[in-house]
Amino acid sequence: MENEELEVAELLRTRKAKKFSLWLGLIGMFMMFAALSSGFIVYTASGVDKGIKTILPHAFIYSTAVIILSSVTMHLAFQAAKRGQFVKQKSLLLFTILLGLIFLVLQLNAWGILTERGIYFINNNASQSFIYIFTGLHLAHIIAGIIVLFRCYIGAAKPIAHDYNVFRMDLGAIFWHFLDLLWIYIYVFLLLNQ
Amino acid sequence: MSSTVISHDAAHHGSHDHHHETFLTKYIFSQDHKMIAKQFLITGIIMAVFAMLLSILFRIQLAWPDKDFPILEVFLGKWAEGGRIKPEFFLSLVTIHGTMMVFFVLTAGLSGTFSNLLIPYQIGARDMASPFMNMLSYWFFFIACVIMLASFFVESGPASAGWTIYPPLSAVPTSISGSGLGMTLWLISMTLFIASQVMGGVNYISTILNMRTKGMDLWRMPLTIWSFFLTAIVGLLSFPVLVSAVVLLIFDRSFGTSFYLSDLVVQGQILPNEGGSPILFQHLFWFLGHPEVYIVVMPALGLTSEVISTNSRKPIFGYHAMVYSLVGITVLSFIVWGHHMFVTGMNPFLGGVFMITTLIIAVPSAVKAFNYIATLWRGNIRFTPAMLFAIGMVSFFVSGGVTGIFLGNAALDINLHDTYFVVAHFHLVMGSASIFGMLCGVYHWYPKMFGRMMNAKLGYLHFWLTFLGAYLVFFPMHFMGIDGVPRRYYAFTEFPFMEKWISVNILVTWAAIVAGLGQVAFLVNFFGSIWGGKKATQNPWKSNTLEWTTPVEHIHGNWPGEIPAVHRWPYDYSKPGHDDDFISQVVPYSQTMSSNSYHDFEGDEEAIAIQREWNKENNRSVEE
Repeated sequence: MENEELEVAELLRTRKAKKFSLWLGLIGMFMMFAALSSGFIVYTASGVDKGIKTILPHAFIYSTAVIILSSVTMHLAFQAAKRGQFVKQKSLLLFTILLGLIFLVLQLNAWGILTERGIYFINNNASQSFIYIFTGLHLAHIIAGIIVLFRCYIGAAKPIAHDYNVFRMDLGAIFWHFLDLLWIYIYVFLLLNQ
Repeated sequence: MSSTVISHDAAHHGSHDHHHETFLTKYIFSQDHKMIAKQFLITGIIMAVFAMLLSILFRIQLAWPDKDFPILEVFLGKWAEGGRIKPEFFLSLVTIHGTMMVFFVLTAGLSGTFSNLLIPYQIGARDMASPFMNMLSYWFFFIACVIMLASFFVESGPASAGWTIYPPLSAVPTSISGSGLGMTLWLISMTLFIASQVMGGVNYISTILNMRTKGMDLWRMPLTIWSFFLTAIVGLLSFPVLVSAVVLLIFDRSFGTSFYLSDLVVQGQILPNEGGSPILFQHLFWFLGHPEVYIVVMPALGLTSEVISTNSRKPIFGYHAMVYSLVGITVLSFIVWGHHMFVTGMNPFLGGVFMITTLIIAVPSAVKAFNYIATLWRGNIRFTPAMLFAIGMVSFFVSGGVTGIFLGNAALDINLHDTYFVVAHFHLVMGSASIFGMLCGVYHWYPKMFGRMMNAKLGYLHFWLTFLGAYLVFFPMHFMGIDGVPRRYYAFTEFPFMEKWISVNILVTWAAIVAGLGQVAFLVNFFGSIWGGKKATQNPWKSNTLEWTTPVEHIHGNWPGEIPAVHRWPYDYSKPGHDDDFISQVVPYSQTMSSNSYHDFEGDEEAIAIQREWNKENNRSVEE
């Protein structure tokens, strides 16, 4: 019995450490975008012909709304998981994944609008190329996020042990909210520079 | 929340006993920190030998620029037609030598090995926070090594734009042969490497902050752990920046963007790219690149602290100052990168700022150097091979650090930039110092890794050949640099004023060859002792830290029973009043009444009262 208690204590400690690792990973990801931001600022300041020089497509506003909504549904899914409501958790997760996919499509759509305006990725004004870099790298993370959400879904569908399911959802939710905040940061950063 | 209900299944799943180990899970895809440490070390050693051979090749070219060595053609084929190394290949040699040494040997081989080995051992944990991620970290590193080696087998040769891969040279595939497929492979390899380091680093930080055993508060951690911890933080904050720089570079190379490129004519063709800035790359690169040199040297400082204290049989001098100086180096490492760019046309005011921050690094560095010397002072020194390497490390750190003051000076740097003075400086302060820190760690913790001792006589031979060799190789380079001999030149004898340096170059190359041969003593010792070494005892160096309380035979989970609790700091060596000259961290103060001093109790009135009572009863007088 005592042994079992020890094992539980050790497991909890490992989980705490894993969650902490996730936060550290987020710091790493943030640093990547911070580097791009400073690169953008330095580049854009290098000449009057540099800069975004266009109004950002409306699609970005829609995608912002979508990803905020997806954060809400993710939070609700997490709440449902804590209460052990597998059906609710699963449907909310599916909804979140769907919103993630819509976000992805909207971003691609925004790229389409930009290219229609003649603002291409291959561009001698690299400030405009930076728009694609920011959104593209964020999208790469979104795809990773969707995979994480799928994994949460599979966990709920199986279903795995309650506490493990909640732990998985907890990590998934932190990551997904981070992606949401990261997008808001990128969007505001680009808006301020348009 | 989730912690309130834990199913029995989950608890069992997460526990540390693995029953059915196969060859594959034990030796290849191991998730055990001890095995992963050995994997990192052996891979690092192989890469070090390879990178060293590359350096011997270019040293041969530098010493005898007009001589043919037909044997080179046998091995290198078209890269050494007629027995003479081609200029393109020479550039590849210096590039890959630098990349492998800095990243694969001194980052992964050093940090990867000893963080993995010592973090769980010395803080008292069963394993890393995430053993799976730890395994991934090694395998990403391994694949990065394979890809880098593979670049020697592509037709256009390996990357050759220098380890700093400055655009436009690296960004225009048609500019030189080494900027073709070889450069692409370099970038892929480094991306995998960064992923490996970030995964490793996250694990190290998380393990240190969350998995310490009872009683192991931060101020009781050995300096090794402090150095790995701060190194991992530096890596976590700086490596992602290199990812950004590399992503932009990849797009410039392969997709036609213009982040770094502008107004170029290559092979008679005007390139369409406009408006980019190669200086932007340098900023992003050195924001990683400078912290990287501390990623390389800080673990070496941590290892030597431990080894010097143990083998001087004295507490480390100024433990807190040692920690704070590491913290100081960590913080400063992020605000000095501009000193690599003094000659890029930087605003002199900005150059001045970077100069000041750079010179301030001399303060924590000097604190460390003096503390090492003060630890040695009147110690009961045992000159084990590990100790010799630790002292050698301090020697290189000092003699290489001093020239940092010259180079950090913006005005002097205009003269010294890109000369052999720079080569001498960083090879001493981060190259030799870190390698010596790593070797000191290998000799010291070998019994913990393999359960056997290394041969001391071979160790001494290895030390003296390497120590003297390294000084003979790098010291003369200072004078060449002051005379203006530029680094990375293939045939500087084309310039009459540099011809006089030929004789020095011959000396340097011979010293390099002898020091290189000296490594054979190490390799024989290292690999031979795995099977043929003397069996190690549990605590061969009579050391205080926790790893020496584990059994010699490796077991999963490190300690057979409960993890021991920690009662004191790790440097209670030669404590007056104690019959032995060391007191392990697991020994409580109640068992060492005859040697306790009042400040051991950190203001715990009750404990002080008990001690005072005991002192009175036993006629022991201690200063209050």
